[in-house]
Amino acid sequence: MASPIKPDRSEATFEDYKPAMSEHAAVLEANRCLYCEDAPCTIACPTGIDIAQFIRKIATGNIYGSAKTIFSDNILGMSCARVCPVEVLCAGSCVYNELHEEPIAIGKLQRYATDIAYQKGWRYFEAGEDTGKSVALVGAGPASLACAHELRVRGHACTIYDKRDVVGGLNTTGVAPYKMKADRSAEEAEWVLEIGGIDIETGVEVGKDLTWDELEEKHDAVFLGFGLGPDSSMRVDGEDLDGVVGAVDFIEQFKLGTVDLDGVSNALVIGGGNTALDVVRELVRLGVEDVALVYRGTEEKMSGYVHEWAAGKVEGVRAHFQTQPVAFLAGDDGKLRAARCVKYDANKKPVPGTEHEIAADRVYLAIGQGKLGELVGDLDGVELEWGCVVVDENGATGRPGMYAGGDCANGGKEVVNAAAEGKAAAIAIDAYLMGGE
Amino acid sequence: MPDLRANCAGIKSPNPFWLASAPPANSGDQIMRAFDHGWGGAVWKTLGTPIQNVSSRFGAVNHKNSRAIGFNNIELITDRPLDVNFKEIYEVKKRYPDHAIIVSLMVETKEEWKDIIKRSIDAGADGLELNFGCPHGMCERGMGSAVGQEPKINEEITSWAVEYSSVPVLVKLTPNVSDILPHGMAAQAGGAHGVSLINTIKSIIGVDIDRFVLEPRVDSLSTNGGYCGKAVKPIALHMTAALARDPNFNIPISGIGGICDWRDAVEFMLLGSSSVQVCTEVMLRGYRIVEDMIEGLEMYMREKGMETLDDLVGRAVPSFSEWGNLDMNYETVARINPKLCIGCYDCMVACHDGAHQCIFPGEDGVRVPIIDESECVGCNLCQIVCPVPDCIEMVEVDNGFATASWNEHVNDGATLRPKKGAH
Repeated sequence: MASPIKPDRSEATFEDYKPAMSEHAAVLEANRCLYCEDAPCTIACPTGIDIAQFIRKIATGNIYGSAKTIFSDNILGMSCARVCPVEVLCAGSCVYNELHEEPIAIGKLQRYATDIAYQKGWRYFEAGEDTGKSVALVGAGPASLACAHELRVRGHACTIYDKRDVVGGLNTTGVAPYKMKADRSAEEAEWVLEIGGIDIETGVEVGKDLTWDELEEKHDAVFLGFGLGPDSSMRVDGEDLDGVVGAVDFIEQFKLGTVDLDGVSNALVIGGGNTALDVVRELVRLGVEDVALVYRGTEEKMSGYVHEWAAGKVEGVRAHFQTQPVAFLAGDDGKLRAARCVKYDANKKPVPGTEHEIAADRVYLAIGQGKLGELVGDLDGVELEWGCVVVDENGATGRPGMYAGGDCANGGKEVVNAAAEGKAAAIAIDAYLMGGE
Repeated sequence: MPDLRANCAGIKSPNPFWLASAPPANSGDQIMRAFDHGWGGAVWKTLGTPIQNVSSRFGAVNHKNSRAIGFNNIELITDRPLDVNFKEIYEVKKRYPDHAIIVSLMVETKEEWKDIIKRSIDAGADGLELNFGCPHGMCERGMGSAVGQEPKINEEITSWAVEYSSVPVLVKLTPNVSDILPHGMAAQAGGAHGVSLINTIKSIIGVDIDRFVLEPRVDSLSTNGGYCGKAVKPIALHMTAALARDPNFNIPISGIGGICDWRDAVEFMLLGSSSVQVCTEVMLRGYRIVEDMIEGLEMYMREKGMETLDDLVGRAVPSFSEWGNLDMNYETVARINPKLCIGCYDCMVACHDGAHQCIFPGEDGVRVPIIDESECVGCNLCQIVCPVPDCIEMVEVDNGFATASWNEHVNDGATLRPKKGAH
């Protein structure tokens, strides 16, 4: 079984950046919704939640039904309400944008309904009649949870394997705590598992503690949801200094335990993606005085969301654009003191003669995570592309009975993508198991 | 889970939510889609000699940010050939045997009634609804509300229909009368198995102030229409309750008028409706609204510990009394929760200009109004205008006086407390 989330974590001091709605605020907002048909917000949602319907139900006071509408399409609706980039998905597609009016606060309304459902302990789903079939799910993140839940509704026994001793995957270890803390993710996993019939085998690394052959022997089908690997490295001098740390690693540390940033006053975060943007904002909240982003491209080229960066700037984060570290430098005391950088041109090529130093007592590398596809690369029928497991639209690999979803297949997207892919794979696995293919 | 199955005048449906006889129940395709969404029954748009409609047909009342809180139409009965309608009724009933199909009818002569009733029942109707309510167009031809406004004619035509029908007959009443009771009693006397009410209210929805023509405009003229939508609910609730509470009125009611969500439906049922009919909200939002209505009703019944609709229907009827029976010594005053008050002073202006001048500005620069409870008559106006839920509470005050109604005061000399706010 998974170990509980400790109460004394560094993330515990973070406050919600989008506070919960009162009933009054929720009803007012729900009544603004135009109840669109074939609604753009639903089309934009990877899990296709019937957003107009769940919002109307908030307006009429039918919160039970509202949460049911949400969970019927997305069993991870509680966490998605908090972590989804609604600005680029549902709310970004709201027709009010066409009127240049504030889009409906869909994420907050979804949080309102799902929080009440959790508080009240409402249950909506029961396991289907036992089919005698068993499915292994590798990785205990959102993709596997969504997949396992749907498989249970369809009556298949499930075993989730994870090498860690926490469940929820990146939802537990990687979400910015002003969006959601680890205990909420663990609570969600527990809530999903209440359907029963899902065994959790933690501390088991498939491929090492248990071979793939053994796994396939024990189960009738396999779902791969093992996510991404460790932080990528830059392969530059000084990267092994104590003050240079991986961003995902750091986030996990302060989410599950504590981090000591005493004496850290000048932090650089290398990268331009959403992990980099999370880390800069987290460092500001953890009390680091001077936090700067170092990104080799222009501000416009950052892969991180515009709304996240805009918020970071408001919170006081600076940035060095078109700048790339070429070495990390230690002082006489052997501790990190600076990053040696060069300027990049518009084509991300170094500009000669631009070498300069940027002082830093801590550097966070947020330039991506390794892909773990090679874990299954040797299995007949499984194909990899850039380290990701290749799947069709139903999550099927080329190996009969083996499916995949979430970051290990999509290369690193949102929780809501993992939820959608996990569920789609479950439906395909069900057809595979019951269709006698 | 509570049992939502409804039985209104012997017409059974899986739940009490029926489409009213109107554009959403115009064709078999529509009604089948509605049933797929969860509607329990449908009253087929009125059959009679097919008519021809005008363009345009609908108008709406918008209020501030709310669109179409009131709605009206000048559309007539079916414009589709009768044989097509009957064929579709047959098809729908065959495919949805457990759903209720009630056929609304409006013709003139006894022979026509006999013929159209037979054809409706042959097609598979579970019940008939006699349209004695339409207040526009058809009444000019001696039908619709022209029948519903004359109890003798109502009773006579009802008795024909009951004679010819082997299925339950509902009479759809018009609200365009001063007192609904004689009209409900006429239907009952004619042998109707139940009544449905209200039909639409005679109305002019608005005037185009640039063209000097009524809306909805048909070139340079218009006519009165039938008013419906959320805004008519209070009128419909009153008429429903007025029949339900009369000891001599003893047939079931199908409630209609402004039902938009499950809460509205519950109100109609509490006042005696054993099924409810919806048109306008479906016209504005589609059949999909019924999912929330079903869930909301289920949740409500579960929370109240109600198992069947019988536990609900008519539950609030006994509370509908005469003014003379109300307790004159029951006293409430308004109290403002200073933690919730946002300082808009809307309550203060309403009290000063529209009520009894007992709310005053806050003191020492704090914008929380002060209520003089010794002058507060407990009228609710401040609570009604307050934009913050639960900020103003109407609190019951124990004034030491025993219960005394006006009737008891006049007849038995019961003591009344001193008047408040009569300065």
